[in-house]
Parts: sequence; structure tokens; C-alpha cells
Amino acid sequence: MFKLRMPYWACVAGIAMISCERDSKSVPVHFGYGRAATNQEIAAKAIAVRPDGTGLPAGQGTVQEGAAVYAAKCAACHGVTGVEGPFNILVAPDSANAVPFDRAPQRIRAIGNYWPYATTVFDYVRRAMPFNAPGSLSDNEVYGVTAWLLYANKLIDTATVINAKTLPGIVMPARKYYVTDSRKGGDGPYE
Amino acid sequence: MSQKMTRRRLLLGGAATAAVVMVKSSFGKMVQTGIPQAATDPTKITGPLPGPLGTRSPFEQPVRKASLTSSQTPLQDLYGIITPSDLHFERHHAGVPAIDPHTYELTIHGLVDRPTVFSLSDLKRFPAVSRICFIECSGNFRKPDREAVTPQDICGLTSQSEWTGVMLSTLFREVGVKPNASWFLAEGSDAAAMTRSIPVSKGWDDAMIVYAQNGEAIRPQQGYPARLLLPGWEGNTSIKWLRRIELSDAPFMTREETSKYTEPVKDGKIRQFSFTMDARSIITYPSYPVQLQKGWVEIRGIAWSGRGKIAGVELSTDAGKTWNAARLQEPVLDKAHTYFRYLWQWNGDTTEIMSRATDETGYTQPTLKELIAARGIGTGYHLNPITAWLVQRGGEVVYRPEKWQ
Repeated sequence: MFKLRMPYWACVAGIAMISCERDSKSVPVHFGYGRAATNQEIAAKAIAVRPDGTGLPAGQGTVQEGAAVYAAKCAACHGVTGVEGPFNILVAPDSANAVPFDRAPQRIRAIGNYWPYATTVFDYVRRAMPFNAPGSLSDNEVYGVTAWLLYANKLIDTATVINAKTLPGIVMPARKYYVTDSRKGGDGPYE
Repeated sequence: MSQKMTRRRLLLGGAATAAVVMVKSSFGKMVQTGIPQAATDPTKITGPLPGPLGTRSPFEQPVRKASLTSSQTPLQDLYGIITPSDLHFERHHAGVPAIDPHTYELTIHGLVDRPTVFSLSDLKRFPAVSRICFIECSGNFRKPDREAVTPQDICGLTSQSEWTGVMLSTLFREVGVKPNASWFLAEGSDAAAMTRSIPVSKGWDDAMIVYAQNGEAIRPQQGYPARLLLPGWEGNTSIKWLRRIELSDAPFMTREETSKYTEPVKDGKIRQFSFTMDARSIITYPSYPVQLQKGWVEIRGIAWSGRGKIAGVELSTDAGKTWNAARLQEPVLDKAHTYFRYLWQWNGDTTEIMSRATDETGYTQPTLKELIAARGIGTGYHLNPITAWLVQRGGEVVYRPEKWQ
């Protein structure tokens, strides 16, 4: 096989024995556009956290530390205790007696009763909150706020420290409700 | 006529004076706007000379209706299937970011052989593809409890453009996606760093990274300088201002695919990853606030399906008792708004008109009642019911509200 890349001077000077041009019948798998991403670059950009904890940074936070951060930076939008709003209500502990969501359109959907993974709380707060200063919290502050939110939703006690080891282990009550869409169209039914 | 006066007349497009009228702005406030008076005889007055940008006739003022989080396309003001780019609906979660195309980068990494950073000009060097398809927000159904609502109010969170860019499969081959990669995370560079997990199979199928819309660079509100485009899937998955794609062996369970964009369904379950938009249609003419006159009426509207082409649209002009096939306007495209027409002679009596779409999988648009019976009342997402317009004896056309129970 010929090497695809020929020096520019070789083409111009007509030294090469083959044409520089290739027609579209031989579409390359690899165009060679773009540049290699370095490991440091990827580490700086890859902020996503997975349910198993992959992607969580070093650091930790307590319920007490998180309460202070929440009061200062979150309460204005979400309410002093997380249920007052005016924007998204964050606190609604799961209740076995509650009317299921499919029959209760007004029922509050919050971390305690609707979020299937605790890691999502850390991921979302770190990437998007506070609304007026996204990405401004330190990793420890995000761990702290996550701890406070889990505590307020009755998912952990005040003594639990939240970090990369403990967060993925927290079992969320809503996890058991989640099913993946399997509809494929066709002639119904329409669920 | 003095030189100065001539220039003034040219700039005003032959209009000697400008009338001031009140129009409703996108935020619902009444604002003053100037509408030049038409020349009494345009053949006697030279018009404006060519300029760098075109404009709509001042007599045409289609506008989006905006809330704090979205703005809706005025479906009732459009003809054909392409939404003018400035009328494309908007939905974003933390505003529109300002991105310099010269410093823009898209990083693809994770389960790939060659983690790569692409500039915008890199993306444009790849073989390009254009396709026409709709984007629809999965929350594109309001539950109006009143009659005075337009198609824009009911389902204005769907729009259609010709999109141009590079197939994601081309980029997948470029970076060498590993066989165990089954999902990818798409991440935007807006202030919400919006993320969704997408099955890799969609990436190989028909996903694109697009940088142009209706022939020009994509609009900032639509993801400038580049966005993901997943034809037929709920709009939220077509991540705008795309900065990163991370290949993985499992979904990331981001906030947008857990606490949002999921719907409670029967037996207390919560349905997740319901990506595809179901078949739907709406009559855009006649609709509120049209005043109808007796005689022949061409009923018009759009139908679409995220699962393929529209196979047919049926019309009822007797409140759903009988149905007849509407004429589909070519082109009938895959995962695209399709225009339909139906000629009807209105005799002046009160009636209801409604449309229902069937797609090529055989799925027929359900009634709201059927949807609720199958699914419950816990969701505002992925609702695609048949929508009826009430034609009253005097010719007023209004929406027919339905009970949400």
C-alpha cells in the first residue's frame, strides 16, 4: 500500500509517481483532521460523574458544612429548607403512602422521591449551580451541599461524610421505579 | 425634489410617513412599532435599493411567544415545512452562550482509540451532509383550559430546518470508537453545561454535528457554532453549543435524564430514555383566531413522526364521526414536518375539525383520552393527542379544551 501522506514538495515538484488526488471511491476511514487531546486536557474537561462514582474528585463535605453553603448560595432560589421555592423544590422525602406519580400530576418531584442516583446531585450542582454563578463552588463545597440535600431528604444522618467513596453507595428510593422505554411505534397501545 | 429629500424617500421605501401601531411583543407587553404606509401607487415611486440584509414586509409580523425558558414558533403564520431560522423555537436552561467560532473546540474522548480535539474549521473539512428534519421539545403540549389559544400556544415547541454538518458516524470512525462503547455523553458549553447520555447506536445511525441551518451559520439560539442533531428524538437530546462527547459503556444518569425528561407511567413506574417523538399533527388553518366564511375552505396543517415518514393524515370535519384522507404535500421526508391539505365545504353549521397522523410504522396519533387511559395523568412529556378546533355558527374558530383526567 502507498502511504497516503506525501510531502507537499513532492507533489509540486512532480517527483511522486502517483497522483496527489484521490477520488471519492476510496473514502478514507481516517481523514487526519483535528489534533490529539492530551490526558491533562481531558482530565480538565471531563467533569461528568457516573452512578458508580467514576469521575468524582477528591475532597469531602459534611451536612453542617453544606448547610452553610446552602443557606448562603442556594436558599434564595430553592427556599430556606428546600421546599419553599420559588424555583425547583429540592426536598421531598419518599413516602410509601404517597399517590403514585402517574396519578398525581401535581406531586412534587424532588431528590428524595424522584432522583434514582445520588451521584447526579453532585454532578448537577457542580456543573450548573448556583444559577447566577455556575461552576463557582469548590469540590468540597459541592460535596457539602450534596450532603445537606441528602440529609434534608432523609437519606443520610448528620454524621455521614460525603466523598467519592460514600456517595455512590447511597441507595435512592426512586431507583426501583425507573424503567427504560421499549416502545417501537407500530399500531399501539399508546402508553 | 431636493437631493436630501430623494434619499429620504429611498430609505423609507417610498413611504412618506410611518404609522405607529401597537403590537404585542414576545413578552406580552404592548409596544409601539412603526409600519410604513404603503405608497398609494407604488409604480410611481422608486423603491429602496439593494442592501446587505433583507427584511420581512412590515405588514408581516410573525413572532415567537417567549416565556422565561422558551419561545414558541408561530405555526399558524407559516407556509410549507421550513421554519424561518429567526422563528425557530427556543428552549434553553441557562441562556444563550456567546462563543467565538475561532476558539471553539469539540473534544471526543473516552472509549476511543484516538481522543481528538476538533476546531470548527476541522469539522467543516469533513464531508458534509444536509437534511431537513424537525426538532421538537418533549414538553411540547400545553393543556389549555380555554378556547382562545393558537397552534403556537398548543404546540409551538416544534420547528423545522435544513441542517448541514458532518455525520457523527464519520467522527466516530475518525476517533476509532471501541467495541465496548454503548453510550456517549454529549455536553454543551452553556452555563448549565447541559448533558444527555445517548446510545452509541443513534450516533452510528443518523446523528449529526451541524453548523449550518437553512443555508447560513446556525443561529446562536440554536447552538452556534455547532450542535448535536438527533433526528426524530426529543429536542433536549440535540445538545446545543456542543463541546464534548465522552464514549462510555453505560449512561451517566444526568439530571436531565432522571429528574427531568422522564415520565411517570402506569404502576408507579417512571419511564426513562423515551427518546423518540411519537406521530402527531395539528391543523394550523383554520385555527383560532381565524374568522371563517361559508363555502370552500382548504384545511391545512403539519404532521410529523420521530419514527420515520408520515404515511397518511386523516381529517374529520364532523367532530370525529368520520375520517377522510388529506392530501400530503411533497416532499414527504423522514422524521420531518409534512404539510397536509384537505378541501372542505363549510355549510355554516357548528362543528369540530381535527386531524390525525399515521406514520410508516403504523402508529396512529391517539386521542387525549386514549393517552391518559394508557399512561395516567402524571406527565407533561411526550403528549401527542389529536387536537380539535371548534368552528362556531358565526365562523369563529376556537380551540376545544379537553379535560385532563
